[in-house]
Amino acid sequence: MRWIWIDKFTAFESGRYAAAIKNVTLAEDHLHDHFPAYPVMPACLMIEGMAQTAGILVGEARDFKEKVILAKVKRASFLREVRPGEQLRYEATIEQVSPEAASTAGKIYVDGELLGNVDIVFSHIDNNLSGLTFPKENFVFTEDFKSLLHTYNVSAGRA
Amino acid sequence: MAISRDEVFERVKEVLIDALGVDDDEVLEGATLMGDLGAESIDFLDIVFRLEKTFSIKIPRGELSPPDDLQNNPEYVESGKLTEKGLQRLKDAMPHARDEDMKKFEEDPDIAKMPDLFSVGMIVNYVTKKAAA
Repeated sequence: MRWIWIDKFTAFESGRYAAAIKNVTLAEDHLHDHFPAYPVMPACLMIEGMAQTAGILVGEARDFKEKVILAKVKRASFLREVRPGEQLRYEATIEQVSPEAASTAGKIYVDGELLGNVDIVFSHIDNNLSGLTFPKENFVFTEDFKSLLHTYNVSAGRA
Repeated sequence: MAISRDEVFERVKEVLIDALGVDDDEVLEGATLMGDLGAESIDFLDIVFRLEKTFSIKIPRGELSPPDDLQNNPEYVESGKLTEKGLQRLKDAMPHARDEDMKKFEEDPDIAKMPDLFSVGMIVNYVTKKAAA
């Protein structure tokens, strides 16, 4: 199973800004359990959606050479519930980027109205080893994953 | 224009309140980031970014924190403690550590106690010098 929580990118400015949309639909199993008879898009999955939007933006900024891992959710706020049939729009901006990490600011909109904010710090884990070793291959941006990006019109490694 | 140490302290305090979710009366000069304020290693990435933004400075890796070559070098570490040479390397690399913290660490230079050098005052010392440069 692929853990993809965005449907497509609608804007992508390398190293600066990305926007992605996600349609919330009752075809998704999880909504039937969250909650029975009252389906609501889980906030944690909206954080994941923002992490994917911002994480791909951060990864692309360094040609997908770094292993970009969510290190910290600095802030996550949501103003209301999101129901099936609504469309989420994740907008992520890179605030700072260094060899070790990146910081992004994110806004989420529902059908054009501001829903909330999700600000994230990502670690480029190979540069934060602290004595640990990670596999050499990039297990974050795998070949499968990069090819998937083509469907979003984001070039993998700026091919 | 250089900013005063007091002003740096106030702004560092704000950074730590936001980054660590601590109360302002917890952010004291001698409070240690990990021990007293509950910072985890991942918080340091966040704190460094926030300091860079707040003070318009660049903090190169290994400048604020102990150098990477310290802990895994047998010349610097013996049985979990810093050698004379290691201690010197640490002092050279971290002139911004508070004198009282460094003196205390020297009494028992156990590398597990190195995080105790990361105090609020140490950050204030570092930023004050950096912002004046």
